Amino acid sequence: MPDFDLADAPVRELNAMLHALPPDTNETRWSIRNPGGKHAIACGLDRAITVEIAGHVGYYCGGMNKHATILIDGNAGVGLGENMMSGEVRITGDASQAAGATGCGGLLVIGGNASARCGISMKGIDIVVMGSIGPMSAFMAQAGNLVVLGDAGEALGDSIYEARLFVRGSVASLGADCIEKTMSAEDEAALAGVLAKADLAHVPTKSFKLYGSARKLYHFHVDNADAY
Amino acid sequence: MNDQPHRDPPDERQPTHRTLPRYSATFDPHTIAEIQRAAATGIYDIRGGGAKRKLPHFDDLLFLGASISRYPLEGYREKCGTNVVLGSRFAKKPIELKIPVTIAGMSFGALSGQAKEALGRGASAAGTSTTTGDGGMTPEEREHSSLLVYQYLPSRYGMNPDDLRKADAIEIVIGQGAKPGGGGMLLGQKISPRVAKMRTLPEGIDQRSACRHPDWTGPDDLEIKIEELREITDWQKPIYVKVGASRPYYDTALAVKSGADVVVLDGMQGGTAATQEVFIENVGLPILAAIRPAVQALQDLGLHRKVQLIVSGGIRSGADVAKALALGADVVSIGTAALIALGDNDPALEAEYARLGTTAGAYDDWHEGRDPAGITTQDPVLAARLDPVKAGRRLANYLAVLTLEAQTIARACGKSHVHNLEPEDLVALTVEAAAMAGVPLAGTNWIPGRS
Repeated sequence: MPDFDLADAPVRELNAMLHALPPDTNETRWSIRNPGGKHAIACGLDRAITVEIAGHVGYYCGGMNKHATILIDGNAGVGLGENMMSGEVRITGDASQAAGATGCGGLLVIGGNASARCGISMKGIDIVVMGSIGPMSAFMAQAGNLVVLGDAGEALGDSIYEARLFVRGSVASLGADCIEKTMSAEDEAALAGVLAKADLAHVPTKSFKLYGSARKLYHFHVDNADAY
Repeated sequence: MNDQPHRDPPDERQPTHRTLPRYSATFDPHTIAEIQRAAATGIYDIRGGGAKRKLPHFDDLLFLGASISRYPLEGYREKCGTNVVLGSRFAKKPIELKIPVTIAGMSFGALSGQAKEALGRGASAAGTSTTTGDGGMTPEEREHSSLLVYQYLPSRYGMNPDDLRKADAIEIVIGQGAKPGGGGMLLGQKISPRVAKMRTLPEGIDQRSACRHPDWTGPDDLEIKIEELREITDWQKPIYVKVGASRPYYDTALAVKSGADVVVLDGMQGGTAATQEVFIENVGLPILAAIRPAVQALQDLGLHRKVQLIVSGGIRSGADVAKALALGADVVSIGTAALIALGDNDPALEAEYARLGTTAGAYDDWHEGRDPAGITTQDPVLAARLDPVKAGRRLANYLAVLTLEAQTIARACGKSHVHNLEPEDLVALTVEAAAMAGVPLAGTNWIPGRS
């Protein structure tokens, strides 16, 4: 297993090595030590490899990930797994703002809490937060599933499109055009599927409430002027 | 006898000395119509294009030309270079344009697929780049653009690492001249199934793009964001930062501090696919007022001509190109003029414009998707009217004229490269333009605010 120490070499060198891996690489499991909160670690990966990072990462770790599994034992800065396309990013600790922002696919699992704007503009990613999420989460969320085992902060799902937000705890407030919805069998199956992928199949789906778009802001209308 | 003087009875057919109807300068007919429209509909006016009001502009500047103290170059023989390299600061693969004119970002969604293809064909034939927009990169525009700049916008519609790696440069859009501080807008008529899929949105909704980037705030974060994009693309691509002209000195300095290779500065005459009229006409600076502060920021940082400056907003002719370069820009960018070259607002379509309640030359309802020229539409029947090969050729012709005109002026000023034009070659016709451009009022040594 390749072992890379970020105390000895820059992030550029690590990312260049990871980007240069051929599709049929045998080096499928990487160990990264001393990340030291550095930014852009393991971003832009495009191979089905596993990257284990021992320690805290800075901004945009795992950004735009495709295929790779990135396992972080620590906390993360802003934009963890931003714009992920596929693969997995899992972190044991907390994530700062905009975790999973604009993610198009794949799975992001946050063992601790996530700060503000978790899942902002998400476009198909599945995000599971074991703890709670901060304010303005899932702002303009377009598609995908945000599953929160704890509580949600203020203005959840403001201006939301078609993403599904499953929250087990309390919601401080809902944003414009976001409402609680009845969970259909399809919604429940989707939730169960995401929980299973996150190794949380034991968590009962019935313990969640579903939030999504009221779809009242989909067309401009003067009577909605106070919501714009 | 009646000795009163004779007086004819009033003749109602004769003109009387009545006051002519007088329109108010404040409540002019357009204003009154807008109040009436607002009262009837309850919604602000949305349109395409840039500011239509009269603004201080390049027309208010003149070149001095060569004379006894300056040697001109022979107009048809001596070389006058026009090439420019963008991204030499940090990118491993800077791009070189043959001409100092590029095509501004315009989305597939705002424009038809045929129009995007035509822009790519025309720009490629002229040796310059074209730019994606708020809707992702289409295979067609990548195929037909030899140099393609991929925009990284707040909405991140269609953003993905594969297209990022396919791009020749990346443009982080903070804002645009038509609406500094505003996000994109694409109304339901233009959210076709393909557009909706590319943006991961329901079909037919009125789509409002975010105005703030979702995962960074402020220049310190932007620096880290640029670092991430460079890491993802292995430091190969030039990274531009585009801002609407509002605080050009500070925005340029902050973009440079954040690590930009290129700064793109868009004045309020720069077009939009759809924005509130009140926003277009009342927010931002005309490009004339924005170039010198941006250049000053680059000079103060010792990076003028090292970090390249692209300016846009109301560029129409080679004279405008030459004036923008003389004020310190490296490249100009065109959007509205490029669409006109493709066939927008063609007088031959007058009957159809009339049916839309407008006239050729004034058509700006680009958001409605009913463009008879087939450019600002997603209607397949209308879009099919635009022949991408012929329209691309018209754009290439127009780009050639812009370049030839700029060279003509540069040679007359004795310059062997268009980048050798300088503010010293210019004077202003108005006090306002003199102050904004930082050049003397014609016939004087007076630069308002400086001397």
